[in-house]
Amino acid sequence: MNKCALGAVKIGGGLLIGAVNGFFGGGGGMLCVPLLEKILHEPTKKAHATAILIILPISIASAIAYLIGGYFSPIDTLTVSGGVVSGGILGALLLKKLPPFAVGVVFALLMVGVGARLAFF
Amino acid sequence: MKIFWFIVIGIAGGVIGGMGMGGGTLLIPLLTLFTNTEQHVAQAINLIAFIPMSAVALFIHAKNKLLDVKYLLWVALPAVAAGVPASFLSAAVGGKSLGRYFGIFLMVLGGYQLCALIVQKIRAQKEAEKEKIPLYKSVYK
Repeated sequence: MNKCALGAVKIGGGLLIGAVNGFFGGGGGMLCVPLLEKILHEPTKKAHATAILIILPISIASAIAYLIGGYFSPIDTLTVSGGVVSGGILGALLLKKLPPFAVGVVFALLMVGVGARLAFF
Repeated sequence: MKIFWFIVIGIAGGVIGGMGMGGGTLLIPLLTLFTNTEQHVAQAINLIAFIPMSAVALFIHAKNKLLDVKYLLWVALPAVAAGVPASFLSAAVGGKSLGRYFGIFLMVLGGYQLCALIVQKIRAQKEAEKEKIPLYKSVYK
């Protein structure tokens, strides 16, 4: 890919990731990782790490927009965040012990199932 | 009691996120389905919960030199530019319809992830077979 096309892919990808992450309040990382890994050919670990770096400023900006819109519940946010941080550390440690393929397939199926429940029922 | 569920769901989302499998995308529906949290509020909770979680992760990744800062300018900047108006647009959509859109989005992501995992698995197996043949030949030559 030449330099100009590469720049367009990055900016276009960024716009899409930002729009999705802002509208749905998440999920941008699941688009950002394949962009970095499959299209821009970054190594897997670097793609996952850098995706977090890219999503952080979007999450901060979007969170402020949601707060302005009045969608905020302080106690709920605090308790969930505490759980997420401790769970995150646990997940990072568990990753080395569980078979990633099986776990990945289970979660992908769970996403399809939960998605269908939300979309149609 | 409700706080107990918030913590449990937070841990579940964190574990999945910590494994790098999109914890937030499951955290949001868990909140709306099991605690009756409104869709927008659940999305805001996920956005805010991501901040401390990613700060910890970034600290570790920076130490391991896994961060590529050049993408901040080229990808993150346009992402923020699109993210802010998208957030305000989301606020203008009703909670019920937003929940349905979110469900469709989740199905697409899950479907994609399933395909990606299977393709990856098949490739890894082919690679493994390629490596087996020269070894076999080298032994029986």
